[in-house]
Amino acid sequence: MIQADLNVVLPEVILAVYAMIALLAAVYTTKDKAAPIVLWVTAGVFVLLAGVIGFGGSGETTAFGGAFVDDAFSRFAKVAILLSAAAILILSQDFMTRHGLFRFEYPLLVALSVVGMMMMVSAGDLMALYMGLELQSLSLYVVAALRRDSVKSTEAGLKYFVLGALSSGMLLYGCSLVYGYAGTTLFSGITAAAEGGIGLGLLFGLVFVVAGMAFKVSAAPFHMWTPDVYEGSPTPITAFFATAPKVAAMGLFARVVHDAFGGAVSDWSQIVAFLSVVSMFLGAVAAIGQRDIKRLMAYSSIAHMGFALMGLAAGTAEGVQAMLVYMSIYVVMNVGTFAFILSMEKDGQPVTDIDALQNYSKHQPGRALAMLVLMFSLAGIPPMVGFFGKYYVLQAAVDAGLAWLAVAGVIASVIGAYYYLRIVYYMYFGEDREALDSAMPPVGWALLMGSAAIMVLGVINLFGIEAPALAAAQALVN
Amino acid sequence: MVGLEHYLTVAAALFVIGIFGIFVNRKNVIVILMSIELMLLAVNINFVAFSSFLNDLAGQVFTLFVLTVAAAEAAIGLAILVCFFRNRGTIAVEDVNVMKG
Repeated sequence: MIQADLNVVLPEVILAVYAMIALLAAVYTTKDKAAPIVLWVTAGVFVLLAGVIGFGGSGETTAFGGAFVDDAFSRFAKVAILLSAAAILILSQDFMTRHGLFRFEYPLLVALSVVGMMMMVSAGDLMALYMGLELQSLSLYVVAALRRDSVKSTEAGLKYFVLGALSSGMLLYGCSLVYGYAGTTLFSGITAAAEGGIGLGLLFGLVFVVAGMAFKVSAAPFHMWTPDVYEGSPTPITAFFATAPKVAAMGLFARVVHDAFGGAVSDWSQIVAFLSVVSMFLGAVAAIGQRDIKRLMAYSSIAHMGFALMGLAAGTAEGVQAMLVYMSIYVVMNVGTFAFILSMEKDGQPVTDIDALQNYSKHQPGRALAMLVLMFSLAGIPPMVGFFGKYYVLQAAVDAGLAWLAVAGVIASVIGAYYYLRIVYYMYFGEDREALDSAMPPVGWALLMGSAAIMVLGVINLFGIEAPALAAAQALVN
Repeated sequence: MVGLEHYLTVAAALFVIGIFGIFVNRKNVIVILMSIELMLLAVNINFVAFSSFLNDLAGQVFTLFVLTVAAAEAAIGLAILVCFFRNRGTIAVEDVNVMKG
């Protein structure tokens, strides 16, 4: 019995045990000198596990009395989480080394937060949900404050901690109400209790749980931590925040609303649609005034979460599929964009003001072109892949009878295009400025170019991502 | 007779006090940590009350998890707070403002 359960959670167990052993080994041997090895081994373990999960698993199995679910949906999300975390890890090595931040704890904290994320997308029970969420959050609070001699970084960590703890509290209060009125913490039991009309107590619980999760995906009006945390954290960690945790939180969101409240779509669909429309507009409008590219990316991610939530608001398998495709595209775009932001330096010091990009194309035509592709894709301009991501969610929303939401999304994306295109404008038509440093680590260069190439080449068939996304969505919604 | 609703009322009141403690307080970050603790305890009261009312142990198991995680959370929060104090020299809430949000 326990053997079969452990087999299901084997990838998580391997990763957690690896993180703890590596932590002890590094502490008792060479400490920070071991950091590069630890980083590469961790990235290797991520890729290996992604391969095992992506190619190995099939069907749907549950463990620990239904508390842990391994299905096509969780596998899709886990592969996305593991691969993006591995990409961000190898991307950060150069920056961390040059700025004296490279401690061996960093890759291991990332590994522990990834264990939490894998738990989140596999949760089949409120307890598993809470433990996964907290494991992820607690690790992320620490990495946000990784540069402990900087006021900005520690302030980012503090703000993230206070607001994150508040959101966990709300989510937990929701969990307690759901438990009380459904009589069980298992998602399958909650579905049974919500069958044929959701009571007032359950509805209250649902609203609190959704509010807590909206915090984690940084959906407006629960987004206030995002710009400060993005700006204050060291740039590689900002890049991490923008990718894997977002996938995990969206996966958890889909898991809870479909697995636990799948019978009450009309009850949560309007809440999610509200979050979606507010996020899209807030992200688009508030980013216009930003000069700091990291703050700008924070608002950009709020807007993108709005679009992903639009897919969820549809409440159909098609909507979940659109959300998964959207999140995959979003992660690839963000890895490339942050590879570029990491290379923005002058005299070895990071620069984040977008003014510094004036006339960038004269000095670095290749990188400017890649950035142009990524910005077009983020803005959702055809024929870049980012357009197809938006198209998918809009289609899902229209098919589910939420045409007003789709129209709002189109308007918001037009407003949002302004600030992406402004960066392109600065790079190509800006006034002459002192050039930024031309150095760029090969890994960063490869990820930037690779991500831009995917945004162009993906228009052929989106690299066949639709079929696994559809299988994942159908496993979740039935 | 003390029924379920009495427990829920106390828990809801504690929870709201906790939320207000975070938003209204302008003095000290430590008070915010205490408010977070208060929220989690309100949740625990809910869980235990429901658990006893439903004759179901899951709620009490959940409470143990929450207590454990709350301890870890407080430890990490205090650690970050100490780092912040070393850099900034103050833990007044109005001084957590290098970045304008």
